[in-house]
Amino acid sequence: MAKLEMTVNGRKVSRVVDDRTLLAHFLREDMQLTGTHVGCDTSQCGACVVHVDGKAVKSCTMLAAQASGAQVTTIEGLSSGADLHPVQRAFNEHHGLQCGFCTTGMIMASVDIIARHGGDLDEATVRAELEGNICRCTGYHNIVKAVLAANAEMHGASQAAE
Amino acid sequence: MGIQGIGASVARKEDRRFITGAGRYTDDMVVPGMMHAVFVRSPHAHATLGKIDSAEAEDMPGVIAVLTGEQLKADEIGNLICGWAISSKDGAPMNMGEWSPLAVGKVRYVGDAVAVVVAETRAQARDAAEAVMVDYDELPVVVDALEALKEGAPQVHDNAPGNLIFDWEIGEKAATEQALAGAAHVTKMQIRNNRLVPNAMEPRAALAKYDRAEDHFTLWTTSQNPHVARLVLSAFYNVAPENKLRVIAPDVGGGFGSKIYIYPEEIVCLWASKRTGVPVKWVAERTESFLTDAHGRDHLTEVEMGFDANNRIVGLKVDTIANLGAYMSLFSSAVPTYLYATLLSGQYVIPAIHANVRTVYTNTAPVDAYRGAGRPEATYLLERMMETAARELGVSPAELRRMNFIREYPYQTPVIMCYDAGDYEASLDAAMKAADWDGFPARRAEAEARGKLRGIGMSCYIEACGIAPSAAVGALGAGVGLWESAEVRVNAVGTVEVMTGSHSHGQGHETTFAQLVSDRLGLPLDQVNIVHGDTDKVQMGMGTYGSRSGAVGMSAIAKALDKVETKAKKIAAHLLEADEGDIVIEDGHCKVAGTDKQVPWFQVALAAYTAHNLPDGMEPGLKEGAFYDPSNFTFPAGCYICEVEVDPETGKTDVVQFVASDDFGNIINPLIVEGQVHGGLAQGIGQALLEDTAYDASGQLLTASYMDYAMPRAADLPSFNVGTTVTPCPSNPLGIKGCGEAGAIGSPPALINAVTDAIGVRDLTMPASPRRVWEALQAKA
Ligand code: FES
Ligand code: FES
Repeated sequence: MAKLEMTVNGRKVSRVVDDRTLLAHFLREDMQLTGTHVGCDTSQCGACVVHVDGKAVKSCTMLAAQASGAQVTTIEGLSSGADLHPVQRAFNEHHGLQCGFCTTGMIMASVDIIARHGGDLDEATVRAELEGNICRCTGYHNIVKAVLAANAEMHGASQAAE
Repeated sequence: MGIQGIGASVARKEDRRFITGAGRYTDDMVVPGMMHAVFVRSPHAHATLGKIDSAEAEDMPGVIAVLTGEQLKADEIGNLICGWAISSKDGAPMNMGEWSPLAVGKVRYVGDAVAVVVAETRAQARDAAEAVMVDYDELPVVVDALEALKEGAPQVHDNAPGNLIFDWEIGEKAATEQALAGAAHVTKMQIRNNRLVPNAMEPRAALAKYDRAEDHFTLWTTSQNPHVARLVLSAFYNVAPENKLRVIAPDVGGGFGSKIYIYPEEIVCLWASKRTGVPVKWVAERTESFLTDAHGRDHLTEVEMGFDANNRIVGLKVDTIANLGAYMSLFSSAVPTYLYATLLSGQYVIPAIHANVRTVYTNTAPVDAYRGAGRPEATYLLERMMETAARELGVSPAELRRMNFIREYPYQTPVIMCYDAGDYEASLDAAMKAADWDGFPARRAEAEARGKLRGIGMSCYIEACGIAPSAAVGALGAGVGLWESAEVRVNAVGTVEVMTGSHSHGQGHETTFAQLVSDRLGLPLDQVNIVHGDTDKVQMGMGTYGSRSGAVGMSAIAKALDKVETKAKKIAAHLLEADEGDIVIEDGHCKVAGTDKQVPWFQVALAAYTAHNLPDGMEPGLKEGAFYDPSNFTFPAGCYICEVEVDPETGKTDVVQFVASDDFGNIINPLIVEGQVHGGLAQGIGQALLEDTAYDASGQLLTASYMDYAMPRAADLPSFNVGTTVTPCPSNPLGIKGCGEAGAIGSPPALINAVTDAIGVRDLTMPASPRRVWEALQAKA
């Protein structure tokens, strides 16, 4: 068994889990944070993406024990209360989701993509960066649109100020 | 149209829960005392089942039961069935082999469920499943349908000699042969439609809970049609009578057909929950999904199309072999017959058509409906033929199609379908314009200068949606009716709940259905809730598939709304002392037309429930239900144009432009309709360019993970150029045709036509992988 201490969505948690527990399963089953989804068993679909210490990580590729001491943010912690994160809002406005299963991972990955590129994003870059996230419903068209729109919203203001 | 009513691109109401992680899928459900099921599955494609030794597994930590097919049979759980009876042309009924939810006596494909382990945790159940010892005596294997029909092939089911399930035909054989014999030109092709794995991103799952005190079951499951699941589980699998079984399909993460069927796992979880006395949850791992979700397509066809000296089609002869896998899944028999061969007239006047279809057992996963179901196979066939014929005849593919279009309606095809409305030329012209068809030679030349081979291809598809009327499909062998139900409940404060038998697993019904209500009653969307997916809340329904929820599901709502409006108008007329015929409902009020007399909607609703002042003899309340059975299929149609660039060095194909021009009839929410088209296109382009399902000769699935099965990713696809033309559907009150499958139906031939144009070859098997394209180029050189 492994003892964990981590911060999940701003809250300190400490738990004892089976050594082999994946971070994805820990979040879903021990923390009841079921917005993180599991869509494959080969770490390729991206439905499970969360942020660990600010970086997008496929939570099925990581043991919960490896995240001990880390700050973990899941989709549930991305925004608070009534305010949605700009990426969440853009997915809604541009119809970037259908069944919603890939969506939470898509959004977490997209937030990271936008952060890493600091506003410098085009369609080809977004498509290339989404390589690790599979969506079977949308054909990606509206997801790409949503990410670019959120990027413009998040960086438009700062760019204008520069 | 109002800003939220019919025709408005309203952002979806249901999105909030999904984008915040608050969606509730089956695997998110937790009930007290819940335990976990893991299935022991056959590693062999064909074997006699010997002793199952579970002693060691039963002793492992957390394990509470290991159950097998013998126990299941002892409890009289029924075999899985195919619900659509098709007879061979000699009148013999189809040869349906036995399919026990847990194998008895024999296993027939890799993944066939042999036993189930129930344990406290998933990990414990998985460990114990590894420890169950099963004796298998391997048998010879057959995976290819053509091989399975050969003399001496291994027999999958004893009651299907030669592995033939049925040998069926439609159309006029003699007339077709005569037409081809007299044709000025005959185009012949052999066409394979590759086997696909649907791959909804949410794996299948089931959570079954048995309440001993009430002798009652609850099943949460990943279903596109929970009422059909309940009906079949009760009527055929002997799990429990309908009044003792509640089926809930909560948020469902995509289906594309694969979640229509009732699979062994739901049956076993229900049964195991009663046997063990604990709630039992099973969630598929992705590998299990690849192995056991019903696959799609897998046809091999010989086809001939004849033309007269003026390039008019005179006849079409089709001979198809369809691989149905190891067992007949719930609607498997209908897919290569009534959902396929009845569409073989396409958009064209074809005086004589004959199709023969043989369905075959093999040692592979069962095959059933996958997005489009039969219609993509028909479209692929016709549109590859039209393009190839145009090249052989030396005419423009657009003009060959144009001159053969059906132009008068209703149009009775030689293969059952009667098209009610359409304008194929409008779609063709719109697509050619959007694609800048005339500018293609310049683009080709420009690509050539860069060392790329550029090609253009088109496809003009038609499909049949709604899957109805009930009496007609009943006469063709369907075991169920294909109507839809709805109940509109107006609450005492005027807000509305709609109970629908349609099920949304990505289609956005919570928004589009509410738009209809908003349009009719003039209420804001947030005052309308759509309730679906629970047999305790919605009395009965047929579910969502075949692009039927708009045309059939919403028509049922419209019919129930008619009744609500009639009653509301009576109440309003009484309150306003006006004539019922003068009352109109708009902007949230009942008004006397042409006057300023009005009463707010909520007061009419309140009056219905206080019942203090109702017209004489009127029952209190404002709630109406309706069943809607359509009078015909609907016939969405359109034209797709694809442009590709092939790198001759590597054989890699890039889709550089994709134009879709669809006629879906009237549209409720353009934003959602476009999304449906995008998704369908991605699946169709996936089929044509990337996806393939490969079994080796021993029946092992080689493409059982995302490492090996090429799912389309964002970088594999372009942004799409989609547009619509409209001929309203005359067969339902809303004029809707349906949009869910078109993209997947129309796109594969457009893409292959473009690739073959680019590289200058006639035949190319899907998917057009770099290797296939490169080899085709080398063979040509
Ligand atoms: S579940 Fe983590 S990548 Fe698929
Ligand atoms: S929205 Fe369904 S998988 Fe992406």
